[in-house]
Amino acid sequence: MLAYLTLILVCQLAGELAVGALSIPVPGPVVGMLLLFIILMLIGKVPKGLDQTANGLLNSMSLLFVPAGTGVMLHFKLLGEALIPLSLALIFSTLATIVVTARLMQWLGKEGTGE
Amino acid sequence: MNSLQDTWVYLSATPLFHLTMTLVAFQVANFAFEKAGRNPLLNPVLGAVLLLVAMLLLTDTDYGTYFEGAQFVHFLLGPATVALAVPLYRQWHTVRRSAVAILASLIAGSFTAIVTAVATAWFFGGSLPILASLAPKSVTAPVAMAIAEELGGLPSLTAVLVITTGIIGAMFGPGILNLIGVKDWRARGLAMGTASHGIGTARALQVNETAGAFSGLAMGLNALATALLLPVIWGILIGLLGI
Repeated sequence: MLAYLTLILVCQLAGELAVGALSIPVPGPVVGMLLLFIILMLIGKVPKGLDQTANGLLNSMSLLFVPAGTGVMLHFKLLGEALIPLSLALIFSTLATIVVTARLMQWLGKEGTGE
Repeated sequence: MNSLQDTWVYLSATPLFHLTMTLVAFQVANFAFEKAGRNPLLNPVLGAVLLLVAMLLLTDTDYGTYFEGAQFVHFLLGPATVALAVPLYRQWHTVRRSAVAILASLIAGSFTAIVTAVATAWFFGGSLPILASLAPKSVTAPVAMAIAEELGGLPSLTAVLVITTGIIGAMFGPGILNLIGVKDWRARGLAMGTASHGIGTARALQVNETAGAFSGLAMGLNALATALLLPVIWGILIGLLGI
């Protein structure tokens, strides 16, 4: 378990370094995800310990957004002033994005589903 | 009474207290979510945030003090993002088969997210810093914050809008997808990840592994697509809306 947590952190660190060195407009952890993915492709399977460690992190992923979300308290004033434009924009845009992406994907991805 | 006060003063100054409160608030919110049969409307992130904000306001604690403890949880977002490589690897054969469909849907979704958000807020009178903070709201927080700063927005406001977007997607996304009759797990996951990044992905992972993998992939790709597309679209929007 510890070995695989180390691997995950090494991938993240390498991702952060790559982003910094090459000034890629993507966050370090996303590049880290790509690196771990490449490693998995090279190994050709998911080691059991990595599976457990990754599941442990992914199962509690919702929790990890709580500290940043609590930052809402820093912006009560601004949010109050722009409550209508912000809330309408967030609700409409998020739902529109879901509908457009899902519909297009379902339509374009019809062949090759294997279903 | 005095010793209780002293203990409180001591505890509230250590990271342990706010770290523990973050976990406790989440457990309470998650318990309600599970009890209600995982009703998306009782989103545990929203519940935990509301409990914590109420507690911090009641105890007159500032966010900086809270974050000293909560940062340990926040930090794990990075490793969790890296860990998304595992479901992606498992689903790779499915992803590869529909690569073109994925890219086309993702770019259309990314474009929709930016344009509808900015246009709606502009229509209802949002100011320029508000629009700039809002534009990258569908992308994972670190990228969104960097983009917002570049456009002249407020990165810390962007972080809040990003989380809110995630919560809205997780709360209403499954219902909307049922309503429009999208049953394909790949399309459902891709839509959740494109519109509502990691929070949508966390929700998708709970339901179906294919959806989770597509959602994680969409989250990563949308970070890249938005970083590349948004500066161009922003210039055009500013011109069109006459801001």
